[in-house]
Amino acid sequence: MMQPFLILITFAITAPFIVFSDELPPAVDRKIDFANDVEPLFAKHCVTCHGNEKQEAGFRLDQSESAMLGGDSGKAIVPGDSKQSRLLHYVAATDQDKIMPPEGARLSANEIGILRAWIDQGAVWPDGNAKGSQRNSHWAYQPLAQHTPPQVNGKEWVINPIDQFVLAKLETQGLTPSPEADRPTLIRRLSLDLTGLLPAVAEVDAFVSDSTPQAYESVVERLLDSPHFGERWGRHWLDMARYADSDGYEKDNPRPDAYRWRDWVIDSINSDMPFDQFSIEQLAGDLLPNATSMQRLATAFHRQTLTNTEGGADQEQFRVEACFDRTETTGAVWLGLTVGCARCHTHKYDAISQREYYQLFAFFNNGDELTWVVPKSDDEIKQYQESLASHAASVALAQGALREAQKGIGPAMAKWESELQSRIVQTKETPLRRESLVDLQVTGDSGVVFTSVADGSFLVGGENPDTATYTVQGKAGVGFDTLRLDVLADKALPAKGPGRTPHGNFVLSEITLEVSESEDFVSPKLLQFDLAKADHEQSDRPWRAKDAIDGIDKTGWAIGAQYGKDHWAEFHLKEPLPASKLLFVRIRLSQQHGKQHTLGRFKISLQSGAASPDLPKTIAKILSIAAEGRSEAQHQELLDHFSGLEPTTKPLAEKLIALQKKEPAKPELSARVIGQRIKEPRRTFVLRRGEFLEPVLDAEVKPNGLATLTKMTSVKEKELGDRLDLARWLVSRDNPLTPRVTVNHVWRTLFGTGIVRTANDFGVRGQPPTHPELLDWLARDFIESKAWSRKTLIKQIVMSATYRQSSKRRLDLMEIDPQNQLLACQNRLRVEGEIVRDITLDAAGLLSRKIGGPSVFPLLPPGIAELSYNGNFKWVISDETDRYRRGMYTFFKRTSPHPNLITFDCPDANLTCVDRNKSNTPLQALIGLNNESFAEAAQSFAKRILGSRSTADDESSIESAFRICLARRPSDREVLVLLNLLAKARVWYAEHPDEAKALVGSMHVQDIHVQENAAWVAALRAFINLDEFITRE
Amino acid sequence: MFSLQQRIVQARREFLTTSASGLGLAALGAMLNADDATNQLTTKTPHFEPKAKNCIFLLQAGAPSQLDLFDPKPKLNELHGKPLPNEMLEKVRFAFIKKESAVLMGSSRKWTKHGECGMDFSDFLPNIATCADDILMIRSMFSEQFNHHPGQLLLSCGRGTFGLPTVGSWLTYGLGSESQNLPGYVVLTSGRGSSGGSSLWSSGFLPSHYAGVVFRNEGEPILNLTNPAGLPPEMQRGGLDAIRLLNESRYSEVHDPEIASRIASYELAFRMQSAAPELIDLQGESADTLSEYGIGRSQHPQATGRGNVANAHLSFARNCLLSRRMVERGVRFVNIIYEAWDQHSDLDQDLRYNSWVVDQPIAALLKDLKQRGLLDSTLVVWGSEFGRTPLGENRNGREANTGRDHHPFAFTLWMAGGGIRGGQVYGETDELGWGVTKDPVHINDLHATMLHLFGLDHMRLTHRKQGRDFRLTDVGGKVMTQWLA
Repeated sequence: MMQPFLILITFAITAPFIVFSDELPPAVDRKIDFANDVEPLFAKHCVTCHGNEKQEAGFRLDQSESAMLGGDSGKAIVPGDSKQSRLLHYVAATDQDKIMPPEGARLSANEIGILRAWIDQGAVWPDGNAKGSQRNSHWAYQPLAQHTPPQVNGKEWVINPIDQFVLAKLETQGLTPSPEADRPTLIRRLSLDLTGLLPAVAEVDAFVSDSTPQAYESVVERLLDSPHFGERWGRHWLDMARYADSDGYEKDNPRPDAYRWRDWVIDSINSDMPFDQFSIEQLAGDLLPNATSMQRLATAFHRQTLTNTEGGADQEQFRVEACFDRTETTGAVWLGLTVGCARCHTHKYDAISQREYYQLFAFFNNGDELTWVVPKSDDEIKQYQESLASHAASVALAQGALREAQKGIGPAMAKWESELQSRIVQTKETPLRRESLVDLQVTGDSGVVFTSVADGSFLVGGENPDTATYTVQGKAGVGFDTLRLDVLADKALPAKGPGRTPHGNFVLSEITLEVSESEDFVSPKLLQFDLAKADHEQSDRPWRAKDAIDGIDKTGWAIGAQYGKDHWAEFHLKEPLPASKLLFVRIRLSQQHGKQHTLGRFKISLQSGAASPDLPKTIAKILSIAAEGRSEAQHQELLDHFSGLEPTTKPLAEKLIALQKKEPAKPELSARVIGQRIKEPRRTFVLRRGEFLEPVLDAEVKPNGLATLTKMTSVKEKELGDRLDLARWLVSRDNPLTPRVTVNHVWRTLFGTGIVRTANDFGVRGQPPTHPELLDWLARDFIESKAWSRKTLIKQIVMSATYRQSSKRRLDLMEIDPQNQLLACQNRLRVEGEIVRDITLDAAGLLSRKIGGPSVFPLLPPGIAELSYNGNFKWVISDETDRYRRGMYTFFKRTSPHPNLITFDCPDANLTCVDRNKSNTPLQALIGLNNESFAEAAQSFAKRILGSRSTADDESSIESAFRICLARRPSDREVLVLLNLLAKARVWYAEHPDEAKALVGSMHVQDIHVQENAAWVAALRAFINLDEFITRE
Repeated sequence: MFSLQQRIVQARREFLTTSASGLGLAALGAMLNADDATNQLTTKTPHFEPKAKNCIFLLQAGAPSQLDLFDPKPKLNELHGKPLPNEMLEKVRFAFIKKESAVLMGSSRKWTKHGECGMDFSDFLPNIATCADDILMIRSMFSEQFNHHPGQLLLSCGRGTFGLPTVGSWLTYGLGSESQNLPGYVVLTSGRGSSGGSSLWSSGFLPSHYAGVVFRNEGEPILNLTNPAGLPPEMQRGGLDAIRLLNESRYSEVHDPEIASRIASYELAFRMQSAAPELIDLQGESADTLSEYGIGRSQHPQATGRGNVANAHLSFARNCLLSRRMVERGVRFVNIIYEAWDQHSDLDQDLRYNSWVVDQPIAALLKDLKQRGLLDSTLVVWGSEFGRTPLGENRNGREANTGRDHHPFAFTLWMAGGGIRGGQVYGETDELGWGVTKDPVHINDLHATMLHLFGLDHMRLTHRKQGRDFRLTDVGGKVMTQWLA
């Protein structure tokens, strides 16, 4: 009845063995000589597509090593076994879909016979025939050239070598550079570029009036030293790292620890960690000798990948997906290459074979996703140490007081002890009896498997279902009145158990006990429990032991957050088991909470008799020792225990205990990081078309770099292969791409476009550099003289005359160089989305300058967070101070990011972003005009201007608004435009007091009439909507 | 060099081809001739003569059961409770089904043939069924994505990964918008948030002009559309005039064409402030129209399940009517998202409710478009990221199978209008609805055909990013000529 299932085939896992039909022409019967017989055939039929120029399907037949390695589909030549050699089957066309060569003359039967014989004879490929090993000629793969800055005519313009390169090119075109921008423009440009904030009016004034030769340089240095420098340049790095505060995909759960790595980036950039070290720590910090917790934290760079926790998702699929992302992000960020194309096939344009892609992938394939405990911040650790010391002092004080009071309680204690001792004697007479069932058997549903442990407990394995019921059966002795359940920690369980959720919890929904006289439980009798207790009960809902005997599946006993420890619960029977005979007993442990809240290791026993008085273990032990035999410390411990019971000392004892409990917690958190997998390391295979279920089993790859770049070596005495080797290779002196790409990123940030304008593509499809000599000079200088120091590089660029040029577009360049590739002027750049917010708040006097810490929740229009899946996300607006933090601290929810950020082209953090788009849309205009945050900023800006003015002179107020927002003074015409607007607003609000109140909101300036205040809000809001305001000129 | 006026005209040209689109520039007075500009510049020329001008995509997220709506399987009912042969189970993945004990689950629906073409619909969709002769029913869709979010990405972007533009972005990128004062690409949602969230209307690597603009169900229809409290339109206008003058003055200093773009974008924003509220104001619609769409109807007596969130029955009806109003006003692409169909359990009750929510409004939309002569140029697509399995879902701890699991191997999607030949069923599945037995259609093929209807060659509509020329159809896609009218 079944039809063939066409689509299923695409889901079939690749068969582990290649089965070829035996239709090959026979091998020729003679000894084959490679150079005479075989190489000419390859040359004639194959190497056009599989040679030095092109390597279709990642395969080349002009050198022995590559030929033997095979291509995207796996091994092509199996020496000694022509039947298993793909090459033969392709040329013999045994499969109509795979015929080589695809065009032109096919090989004759005799030629195939020669190849067959060659392979069967061992596929000998003598040395000296390894031709075609020359490098790819594309500019970006060539070593960094050594260029001397060229001679120029206009020497007086030159400040540093950058200018020589730029000017030389301009001079060949007969062009002159633009004049230096005026000082207000320069300081605003520098402040925005280096810190993303506006210069203060006083800073502008100081710079304008500073006539010393170091005036400019000292501004540069002040800004490079500013802690906000790390925020600004860190944000560029976060783009590349696809940093966000949530998992991504459907559930998109928050990542409350993500900010910790973001702060690491800010700190590292502020302390100018050299870029090579910065790279190594992020790619392989965990593998450094004696790795510090900060170095491990650095590896969170590659934990910014998405996590899919959607129900029913195959975790292996998304693990592989994350490794793809790590591979491709690494390629984009350090090499400027789109290695991603080679995930499915050998790159069509760039020298990256599919095999090489998986060589890179192999580095990440054995990086596991772990967490690592790290200090929240240096400041918090410092504070902690201080409060710890002061806490210790208060404890000592309280302890002293208690000791003093204890002097008078000796007699009372003696009486207490003698009563207690007589109770202990009693319990010895009817001691606690606890036994396992006889002929114990345990069964479960849902594919779980039980392993019996020597202590009588069972470890649960096999399937890990969402819910389960275990049944324990056996014979019971007589007279028991309590069922005891021990749940035990075990290393084999997630988070050591005792439950089977990833964090070690379980919910025992119901426990029942039935007895029967017959083994097959005909008409069993269900016994009733009347009491239940446990050593620990999860308190949030609550999850008490008695909830496991209430007959309701929804409730039950759970042990959060005391995971990884043993616990017990006891269930007391209303009536004890009959004392007369042995009965069959059946206990059901029903666990219906779902999400794998099931028991991982447990022990069932029955018990009766009196337990000893409920004493802490250590106290019970001390009491068992005769008074004379107790040590000083034991005596004191007993005394302290009793002090808590004795009314005269109880308050002091409790105070001490309460104080001890208040010991400050170390400010630490668990950060998501990468750690090397050591146990059962994964092998890496080429994946057919990038499908995680389709490894090409005869194409196993070892970690390695790209052949077209420098050879990768391992510094350790071991096989090549961990991320540390990769990281060191990326920043090795012989790899020209990393320094070129990195200086280009910096250049792009300071000029709007890079020297290579396709900052994300240094491959053959990208644009070549506009100033190749300058790029190489900068790159070489960066790694040699500057020892990878980012700040020094940035300083050099911003010090140049080229950077300082005016950004006014020149009429003489419009035709010759419309894109300003020659750099005869600076570029005007719209600031990035976060900075639009920052400078608006800054001008308004609202901005909080706090650096780092958990991400925050500024104003968000209603209905945005709700667009995320299942409305599982609540956006609770942060308190006063955190409401006005910089844009980069806004909590970034991947499936529902803040619209003010996204509308201004902030990347969505799903993939690495090397180069942001810069659009200019009506939705942006609507934000500036109407968004609540911006409207509030306008109110506050008016308050700032009106509150600080010394005279009620409109013109000077307008002038200070200009100076705050734009650093410069206005022209008369500009003042006039605003005076007109102000006048209109005064007229309108004079007649509309209610609207005036609404417009001013909570920012009414004392002593100013609300209608007047409103007129100013209406006028000043123009500033935050000016093109010039959100533009760095 | 160009004058500022020319720059603004040019900027305006660019806006008019984008989603946050063109507004008449009357406000700039004599500076511009708005009509001229719009007539010449609103749209880009397609590759060839298009059939469709607008698209309404009814994204039924969560994966509705084709076996209970569109693809009757008597054999499945016959084999109800029986296991699937082992050889079929071996090679497949499931999200939740436990293979060992999985059994087939028949459908409790009643089926009737509709229209002259005799197309099957289950009793849950009586109204849409009356449009059978306009509908192309594709029963042989397949996907390779197993989970909702990647599946929705594939359906929206042509590949189950992030960072790519969505269909609406590609269309506005390729054709521009015809709307004078509304975005070219609009998103409407009903009920709960979708698995894909904002990635379902992202412009990916295309500039953010091409991202979908969400119209909201409550409050202002577009974010930030409303003036701040206490600011009347005349003061907004006054402010804009001042902003314009200051921007112009800066332009005369620095000659940066971006300033012209900025001026134009502020003017367009101002126009949008009145156009969008006009769009959502349904007062001009007749009482008959409102009641045909089910606007204001009372809740279903057995409202239940994932689809019954935030008065979805009202917002879905309203969104259908709004989509017609948008099409009339030249919006290129309207995506109505209703995430409601993930029936792992309680299939019969929940499907009944969801079907009730969508059936009447969608049928009204099709008829309304037809009656106004808009259906020929408006492509309507009803579809989801995948379908549901013929096996009952025996997830652990379940007493009985009352739902179906994810099924990407074969599912149904339908289209109408916009140059589609209605009244035909395309593709076949086997007797159990497990696999496609005839004419398989990949989502890339669907997209290729959609673009074709808009006069765009999917191989030529490309955008270069990181050295690669990306297209909506990834590395696949063929135009399904059999579907065309």
